[in-house]
Amino acid sequence: MLLDFEKPIADLEAKLADMKQLAQDKHVDVHTAVKFLEESIIKLKKETYQNLTRWQRVQLSRHSERPYTLDYVYNITDQFIELFGDRTVKDDKAMVGGFGAIDGQTFMIIGQQKGRNTKQRQQRNFGMANPEGYRKALRLMKMAEKFNKPIVTFIDTPGAYPGIEAEERGQGEAIARNLREMFMLKVPVICIIIGEGASGGALGIAIGDKVLMLENTWYSVISPESCSSILWRSWEYKEQAAEALKLTAEDMMKFKLIDGIIEEPLGGAHTDINRMSQTVKQEIIRNLDILNQLTPQERINLRIEKFCSMGVYIE
Amino acid sequence: MSWFTRKEKGIHTPTELKKETPDGLWYKCPSCKKVMHTREHKTNAYTCIHCNYHEKIGSAEYYELLFDKNQFTELDANMSSSDPLHFVDTKPYTGRIVATQKKTNLKDAVRSAYGPVNGYDLVISCMDFDFIGGSMGSVVGEKIARAIDYSITHKIPFLMISRSGGARMMEAGFSLMQMAKTSAKLALLAEAKIPYISLLTDPTTGGVTASYAMLGDFNIAEPGALIGFAGPRVIRETIGKDLPKDFQSAEFVLEHGFLDFIVDRKELKTKIATLVGMLK
Ligand SMILES: [Zn+2]
Repeated sequence: MLLDFEKPIADLEAKLADMKQLAQDKHVDVHTAVKFLEESIIKLKKETYQNLTRWQRVQLSRHSERPYTLDYVYNITDQFIELFGDRTVKDDKAMVGGFGAIDGQTFMIIGQQKGRNTKQRQQRNFGMANPEGYRKALRLMKMAEKFNKPIVTFIDTPGAYPGIEAEERGQGEAIARNLREMFMLKVPVICIIIGEGASGGALGIAIGDKVLMLENTWYSVISPESCSSILWRSWEYKEQAAEALKLTAEDMMKFKLIDGIIEEPLGGAHTDINRMSQTVKQEIIRNLDILNQLTPQERINLRIEKFCSMGVYIE
Repeated sequence: MSWFTRKEKGIHTPTELKKETPDGLWYKCPSCKKVMHTREHKTNAYTCIHCNYHEKIGSAEYYELLFDKNQFTELDANMSSSDPLHFVDTKPYTGRIVATQKKTNLKDAVRSAYGPVNGYDLVISCMDFDFIGGSMGSVVGEKIARAIDYSITHKIPFLMISRSGGARMMEAGFSLMQMAKTSAKLALLAEAKIPYISLLTDPTTGGVTASYAMLGDFNIAEPGALIGFAGPRVIRETIGKDLPKDFQSAEFVLEHGFLDFIVDRKELKTKIATLVGMLK
């Protein structure tokens, strides 16, 4: 499915494909026209993607073809063993995790998982974890600590699930416990927002030594739609809400609320999943090298200091 | 607080009570609709003398109820919200802050203080719902963080009284990170083995529930308090069904294993002091 601002580019690309086909079928020389079209496409792409509004980035972060957690896992690991269950209630399909080897180094990789089609989306609960998802994540993080393996988390959620059973089983307590426990993890923790980073549901696996955002993602305390409905008392102000919330990677970097931005291919992560995965892999390895220079206690101290310095106030 | 006014129909004021209240102030319980003398209501820890409904009160009332002779030293009393995002919705955030400060005579949605409670020193941070729904922004996070620092430095137990609708949207990402900040400090408090009592009052929801409110060594609540992560309206809209009776009440949360006990406000001080004394 194309986003409105993707359409003009897709139209030109279709035109280019037609022209190439025509040239092949009829043996016509379209060399100049092809070159012109190709240049136009690059120009239009640059114009479009260098001037995205915040709302457009939100749209890209939710793109139906965007790579999800397991896409990255399978693209960057040599081996991956998925591990299931929180050992208490059940296995939460919205939160996946397991040991994976990246260039021979074993990592514990954890993330929210969205579904690609209607059936999968339901199975994955649209990437909205229940308490058992957060408890499964914590179980796996503690296991990583036990075996001294670094942790990577992929954040991609429209929020923790708001449901009856989620409340009965302590959604708030599950997230709160993860926050507190993640601060004390002795192993390096790298958190990457790959899509949507909505509120406590995102933060619940995002307490890291390095918190990175892909270029076209958002991370905030509320979605633009919900913010619009509460503050403007209408769903119609999502664009304004997105602007007001300053929820993009660039914004969050400027406010020093994250540690880095990972560049996406021109047109977004979904236009070149392989290249995107390789970039993510390089960033994981590069950041692990940096974090390995520190002792576990130094990492914990810096992790705590970093989050404790976040906030702006007058006194 | 809903004060009873005489204009309301159908309520007869006994003459003898009239005499005792030259200020003419009466309290009408929003739950059982019965009327009582405000002084009587106050000495009953702001709970209804008929049905025990716990009226929503703020930091001033809790401090008076808990600290011996209302003696306490306030921490960071002048800290006030900034507007890092230059947030404007239907009106500018800075305007909202100033107007709310003026209206409530509060600086923000939390106050911190230390003082004696039945002779035991305690640090108490207490939220004020009247300040933008008790929402958690940078000031709330920072003041709680510093109160915990004070607890750690002076080895004094920490009591957090929560009453909040959750995040302060106008501080967006900054608001979210206060959940992380307060949880980090509570990790340090736990490491120092200093008791943390979290009292959840009506209502405690959202990011507050998903951070410090649920991290107590003792999670306790007032009777009937609404406690949850997602608000009831959001859940109803998501699942498209009506919610069970008493869903997300303190009693419901206790039954599901997330509270240590429910405490009547009239016994709050004694119970906290007893607990702290046992841990000495
Ligand atoms: Zn009553």
